[in-house]
Amino acid sequence: MTAAAPPLARAVTGGAPLRRQINRFTAIAGMTSLALVVVSAFLLPLLFMVSTAFKEPSQLTTPGAPLYPATPEQFEYQGEQYAVYDVPTDDGLKAWALVEPGREQSGFVDPAHPEKGIVTWQGRWRTLNQHWSFGLYTNNLSNAWQLINFPRLLGNTVAIATLSTIGAVLSSICVAYGFSRFRFPGRNGLFLLLLSTIILPLQVTLIPTFAVFSAFGWVGTWLPLIIPHFFANAYNVFLLRQYFLTIPRELDEAAMIDGAGPFRILRSVVVPQAKAAIVAVSLFHFFWAWNEYFLTLIYLRGNQQLAPLSVGLAQFQGVYSTEPTLLQAASIMAMIIPVAVFFLAQRAFMRGVVITGVEK
Amino acid sequence: MAIGETTRDTTRAPSTSRGMSLATRESLSGYLFISPWIIGFIAFTALPMLASLYLSLTDFDPRRPEAIHFIGLANYAKMTTDPNLLNSLGVTLRFGIIVVPLTMAFALGVAMLVNHPRLLGRNFFRSLFYMPMQIPIVASTLVWIGMLNASTGWLDLGLRAMGLPAPDWLNSAIWVTPALALMGIWGIGNMMLIFLAGLQGVPTELYEAARVDGAGRWASFRRITLPMISPVIFYNAIIALIGTFQYFTQAYIVSNGRGDPAGATLFYNLNLYLEGFGYYQMGYASALAWLLFVIVLTITVVLFRLGGKWVYEAGGVR
Repeated sequence: MTAAAPPLARAVTGGAPLRRQINRFTAIAGMTSLALVVVSAFLLPLLFMVSTAFKEPSQLTTPGAPLYPATPEQFEYQGEQYAVYDVPTDDGLKAWALVEPGREQSGFVDPAHPEKGIVTWQGRWRTLNQHWSFGLYTNNLSNAWQLINFPRLLGNTVAIATLSTIGAVLSSICVAYGFSRFRFPGRNGLFLLLLSTIILPLQVTLIPTFAVFSAFGWVGTWLPLIIPHFFANAYNVFLLRQYFLTIPRELDEAAMIDGAGPFRILRSVVVPQAKAAIVAVSLFHFFWAWNEYFLTLIYLRGNQQLAPLSVGLAQFQGVYSTEPTLLQAASIMAMIIPVAVFFLAQRAFMRGVVITGVEK
Repeated sequence: MAIGETTRDTTRAPSTSRGMSLATRESLSGYLFISPWIIGFIAFTALPMLASLYLSLTDFDPRRPEAIHFIGLANYAKMTTDPNLLNSLGVTLRFGIIVVPLTMAFALGVAMLVNHPRLLGRNFFRSLFYMPMQIPIVASTLVWIGMLNASTGWLDLGLRAMGLPAPDWLNSAIWVTPALALMGIWGIGNMMLIFLAGLQGVPTELYEAARVDGAGRWASFRRITLPMISPVIFYNAIIALIGTFQYFTQAYIVSNGRGDPAGATLFYNLNLYLEGFGYYQMGYASALAWLLFVIVLTITVVLFRLGGKWVYEAGGVR
């Protein structure tokens, strides 16, 4: 084979180029299939989730049931319902309805040709597998929707995430603007202090903060989950400041010459130029707040009415841990919006990670 | 009009109210804009830190705040013999030493895969590998709990179909750690993107030069890729190790908030939560929080020291 290839190749295109093209093609096909295999295994649990959420609960415990949502097929013959089995025949596997079960031989009807009447099959019908046909069972979704009170959880989640995002983004824009556009004594030291709060574990400040919020009567309300975000945080400030630094100062100066004050410059010059970074920060913060569990668990204990999805879903798992179909249906509901938004705005997400993560 | 305003501005500037110079005005504006963070830092970071340091020397119980006693270093002395704390340190360190490097290796492998010039649809694959990051962590944990179920989960169905032993992942003190490690691979998104940025920063001439010198793939990976991306390896390692000490949600949900089975999921942060918010030993929990801070600081400093030896920095600047 290899001995025959070079002369042929040379005859067609002059040798090396064709071989190189073939190599290139094999490399592309190889890498792409490898990536497909890895990503399929990586995302297999999602397929499990969708498939389980659309199964009837009884399918999970039935031996021989397929992995996809399905129901055992029935066939009506002369006014009676009969179960359909996969029957091995001389013409291959056939889906036939079992009409006259017997020990060593049984009578079947072919649902495609019921007019042919009962066919006798030699063998034990108990060794046969039931024939399943694909069918989506949507009751899990509607049951989970009601049991978990999805509309309330979703409303709470969106409200908390929106309020805390507004606070975090507005305050971080101001602070980032202060650090990127003004010279003042102690600026670099303060900026380092800000960055160093990234490695400060939140547990170190948690207990006194909890005690104070508790004394204010804020525990069991949304306030502890929202108010602290109005005071900027290191990640957002860092990302925005990096971006603000790339906006040419000439524009600020031109506006200043036109008599604009610092607030005016921020609003009309800097913010419009930094839209991409502001969108990235907002998305990040919004879904961080959407997913947050630890603080929400601590501050909203005992107030189910105000609980967001993360806490509601965890409680649901505690109560319905033996009903996988309901749990997977609830998981779908909890993730569908963040995942959909991710696919709509993936560039903003992925660029944001790299800016905060790598650049100094 | 613009010029007129400028003139007016400059003529007024020297005599600005209370004789402030331009530099002072600039400083004041700067402080004004960063003031939200300064106020927040004092109110939500600096004062609470001091307060928790003080609380760590007391027996504070939020149910009886008036009955608080100063007990000196008793909380810290208790740590040396507290079996739950020692167990949680073991669980967390084991996870950090075994699982974190494996996760990083997987993330680097994926980053190299989705950076390969011969891969079609690279952006598509990058998005798919990143996507689970966006799934709410409680939801992704539930999906994995289902996937790892011993009777109805697909992993054990597959293992049994291949004739392999199918462990009861989440109820076995031995298998629950690999189970959490499997869940953790859905969190490689950020790490992968940061590795990717590192890989894209390696000049291709280096690989060409190595090929001319007859270096194989493994040699150029070891001699070029690894040293060139050492800063991002280093960064990812710090973030991942700190993350291990903050690890909470998965452990809490898998173990119904108790660290089951047999304390195998009693991670440091879960133990702290139980002490503070389960048993209301908030004085002791504050001491645990300070120990956590010291550990995180030590890890960071040690890694930075080590990092100085082997991390490559372009041109030695900065």
